[in-house]
Amino acid sequence: MKKGRVYFNGAIHQVTLAQDGSVRLPDGTALAEEQAHWLPPVQAGTIFALGLNYADHARELAFKAPEQPLVFLKGPNALIGHRAHTARPHDAEYMHYECELAVVIGKHARNVSQQDAYDYIAGYTVANDYAIRDYLENYYRPNLRVKNRDGCTPIGPWLVDAADVPDPMDLVLSTSVNGKETQRGTTRDMVFSIPWLVEYLSAIMTLSPGDIILTGTPEGLANVVAGDEVVTEIEGVGRLVNFLADDRSPSLSSV
Amino acid sequence: MHAPTNPAPQAGTVYGVVLNDRGSVERMGAALTEAPYKAQPKAPIMYIKPANTFAADGAQVSLPGGAEKVEIGATVGVVMGRPASRVALEDASAFIAGYIVAADLSLPHTSYYRPAIREKCFDGSCILGAPVAASRISDPAGLSIRTTINGIDADQFDLASLVRGVPALLRDVSEFMTLSAGDILLVGVKWQAPTAAPGDHVSVISDVLGSIQFSIDQTRHQEAA
Repeated sequence: MKKGRVYFNGAIHQVTLAQDGSVRLPDGTALAEEQAHWLPPVQAGTIFALGLNYADHARELAFKAPEQPLVFLKGPNALIGHRAHTARPHDAEYMHYECELAVVIGKHARNVSQQDAYDYIAGYTVANDYAIRDYLENYYRPNLRVKNRDGCTPIGPWLVDAADVPDPMDLVLSTSVNGKETQRGTTRDMVFSIPWLVEYLSAIMTLSPGDIILTGTPEGLANVVAGDEVVTEIEGVGRLVNFLADDRSPSLSSV
Repeated sequence: MHAPTNPAPQAGTVYGVVLNDRGSVERMGAALTEAPYKAQPKAPIMYIKPANTFAADGAQVSLPGGAEKVEIGATVGVVMGRPASRVALEDASAFIAGYIVAADLSLPHTSYYRPAIREKCFDGSCILGAPVAASRISDPAGLSIRTTINGIDADQFDLASLVRGVPALLRDVSEFMTLSAGDILLVGVKWQAPTAAPGDHVSVISDVLGSIQFSIDQTRHQEAA
């Protein structure tokens, strides 16, 4: 099942994706995607993200793939839903998208082995982990000013039940900007796999339901500018649309 | 026998900063302009203490397997009273609900190059005191906290020594991210703070904000849980 959360007609609803592609409220009302305001599909607990977790992307950034995973955290302020607008600082030279498979934890996990890891996963969604490289500093890199800006991590539209994603380590990821594909890869190329990451993180700390792991992005980064429509898509998981707006734009306050 | 531990406190997101006291900046000195840092920091150097780290006064903290000691990052937390975005220096106090004493425990790490998840995010590694209303604190720069380990003075931290005092920190953090009501912003921990070992009893004490006490559990860890 695919579950989302939307704001519609004065209330927040959980919605599902119907067979005919429409969005269904719990009472059966069918909506078009554009009729609702989309929220992140889960109320996030701790948000983990991986840097340099695809060998090709690490090469692209002139890093060798790490021997230990590069993990960083985000706050809930970073997340916004499907079809929302992300502010692009007008004076930034280089802001790029990152299409990532997001793993949502389903139960408390402590010292879980790789073999058991999938039992602790509720489902998957799509995230776009934007970075503004102008703000990179070599302290706790990637620093929060790059990676924890308000609304700079679109996520959704759907939380897809784990049972409906038979092999999350074999999914095509792609990004298109204004309809033109700019990034394509496969989750097969992750340096540290999903089960490996669940084992690694749950050895450090207790994971809880609602915690989210953004598993990194393959090569194919490009600068994006205000007015762009950025679509990050993962086979079988979802198609996440985001619009970039100039941070001085009055339209940001009306969306 | 273990004394019962108080339930973990409810809080929003807990953010902290390093290199926000003049002493730590001076001690790191020229290293800040050399590799891997290559330049003095510009924005506040932030980290997150996630919810699994929250612990209350009276906690018994187990260290990750193999760890022989832990740094006691004694600090003060600013508790947000309402959403804070792009706050001006002169308005900062209007967003603050109160202050707490806090201990940010870290496995010792001397490099600030990469996010310190393994070192800073183990369960129970953020001990949070009870909030004191901001209306009772005339100037946070006057706050001072002491750390004792087994009753012996180990450190003192004066908020007068901050590079960015509370209003400036709130301005520079809220420039790019919104803090929500209930979020806590820790104002700084020292580079190479004093360390405690399994079996030690630690107190972080403020004459104004009260104190927290906790002990480092002697039973080796979490892996066995």
